[in-house]
Amino acid sequence: MNLMEYQGKELFRRAGIPVPRSQHCTNAEDAATFVAEHPGNWVVKAQVLMGGRGKAGKIKFASTADEARSVTREIMATPMPPNRQNPKGEPIRSVLVEERLPIAKEAYCAITVDRAHKRPVVMVSRFGGMDIEEVAEQHPESIAKHFVDTAVGYSPFIGRELASGAELDAGYRRAFPMIAGALYELFFKYGARLVEINPLALTEDGKVIASDAKVELDDDALFRHKEFEEWQRVLPLDEDETLAAQAGVGIRNFRRFDGNVGTMANGAGLAMATMDAVSNAGGKIANFLDVGGGASAERVRNCYELVMNHTGAKVFFINIFGGITRGDEVANGIVTALKQTQARKVPLVIRLTGTNEKEGRAILAAAGMTPVETMDEGAAKAVQIASQA
Amino acid sequence: MSIFLDQNSKVIVQGITGREGSYHTGRMLAYGTQIVGGVTPGKGGQKSEHGLPVFDSVKEAVDATGATHNVIFVPAPFAADALYESHEAGISLAICITEGVPVHDTLKVVGTTSGMRIIGPNCPGLISPGKASVGIMPGHVFKQGHVGLISRSGTLTYEVVDGLTRAGLGQSTCVGIGGDPIIGTTYVDVLREFANDSQTKALVICGEIGGSDEEEAAAWIGEHLAGIPVVAFISGRNAPPGKSLGHAGAIVSGSFGTAQSKIEAFQAVGVRVAERPSEIPKLLLAH
Repeated sequence: MNLMEYQGKELFRRAGIPVPRSQHCTNAEDAATFVAEHPGNWVVKAQVLMGGRGKAGKIKFASTADEARSVTREIMATPMPPNRQNPKGEPIRSVLVEERLPIAKEAYCAITVDRAHKRPVVMVSRFGGMDIEEVAEQHPESIAKHFVDTAVGYSPFIGRELASGAELDAGYRRAFPMIAGALYELFFKYGARLVEINPLALTEDGKVIASDAKVELDDDALFRHKEFEEWQRVLPLDEDETLAAQAGVGIRNFRRFDGNVGTMANGAGLAMATMDAVSNAGGKIANFLDVGGGASAERVRNCYELVMNHTGAKVFFINIFGGITRGDEVANGIVTALKQTQARKVPLVIRLTGTNEKEGRAILAAAGMTPVETMDEGAAKAVQIASQA
Repeated sequence: MSIFLDQNSKVIVQGITGREGSYHTGRMLAYGTQIVGGVTPGKGGQKSEHGLPVFDSVKEAVDATGATHNVIFVPAPFAADALYESHEAGISLAICITEGVPVHDTLKVVGTTSGMRIIGPNCPGLISPGKASVGIMPGHVFKQGHVGLISRSGTLTYEVVDGLTRAGLGQSTCVGIGGDPIIGTTYVDVLREFANDSQTKALVICGEIGGSDEEEAAAWIGEHLAGIPVVAFISGRNAPPGKSLGHAGAIVSGSFGTAQSKIEAFQAVGVRVAERPSEIPKLLLAH
């Protein structure tokens, strides 16, 4: 679960990380009222999960109530434009009206989990306001890192070393160790995947303030933090995740693409390999789908309907490696599921192996489906059918 | 030889009376694994449906049976506790099958349980074919031999192993290291063991997108395993950036964690990379 800026800043505030004064507004009138009551220079920022708000014209300045009203309207009038990660863009449902900071310098600070070291890593760079991936490519030497020993936790020397290692401006030195410590507390308290301050601003009057906030929480840890349920409701639901949840599979188990070969496999690795096999055979994938363990008739039916109702699949390639499950049981499950479903019908190519695989294939063939023995064979067959459909 | 596990390893099952734990205990026993008991708090003194002794704590089970291995089937919120308890009780190898363990739980556990090897979480376990199997792998697919295999996924491993076995290429040990962002044992940890195993004469690595484990494995192979044939396969070449595919760890961000970067890292050290799982046996035999 990724938080929006205003939610992340609320957590920052609770943790004692300095953030600009602000008001979260869901419409232009509220923004105007806030600015009328609080004269000054404000910046109005779209609240979305996508990056690139500045370039998209979704961050604007306002110094009067009228300006606040008109720029909020303008920002909210159109969704965030699509990019590669979000081909549909993202609607804008609220803005953050925030004190405009007199920024002198911008730095970067983040904490995430490091797979290789099996530790949390604190990363600092003097190049704030840029994507860290970009910094890593252009100035890899500028990123100072510390891998925190979880048994010891954070200690201020870590912040001092990082500030000096990253060559942060001297103005950061006093405040930084405390800010990094507060960020680490927050990271640990909520079991976050990522907490990021980018940019961490140094103002002309010498204050260090988190000008943006990015927080990625761990979905697997949300059961411990019921307080986020409300926020979760207002977050823009990723359509694929919503559909997956409705079909009763894990939210990470379903992804749509714009091709015409529907796929389904048991296990994430095999499901990815199945997509790759379709692509190798010259086909275009309609989706990724991991049906999970076993393949009961109900589960198969839900998954079939998920793909038929929400993708442009012209053929459905089911790839089941029945490690433990019996092939004849899986075959019966598939046949039953497709008898019950009201969804549109497309040709089925089914690769089935495991105990009793021959019996399983006989059941499928008798029901008019195309059973195959290998993944490559199935992928080729599915691509061929899709190209003729 | 083989690594981590053989016919003499004494194994207990944490969560033995649960549905999954009980079912897979039966299968591990049928494979010949020395399962010597199980743990379910509150059910100490009872027998499992397989006739094995059930203990209230890992400590009691270890004291009574001499177990060194613990396979964990408890629900995700309790997995960290099970691992801490295993460490306290002196278990040397804990295999955590449980899926959905909070990342920070795993972080804290792996950072504070030195001396105990953890495989997983979110993994299918490991098997030394013909000797013992711990976890949920389908034993009949495997065959004893000389290929060591390391994989981040479950069913894809079976797919690959099935191909090896059909081609007459048996396996020494197959380790499913798990699909989570933080895991107890990485490719490099397993490679170190394989490097010293006399039974292992070739290696297969089944990787996937996300993280940089495969790149690190490639670097280690380049430095230490120059003489051994290694074949790799990377799944998820068609994954979109920024979205996890099934495994929480399978996520591409920017140019980081892509299949291409992993494939290039392997090729740079002379590891052959299969385009599809079915090519793996052929590439191994060509060495």
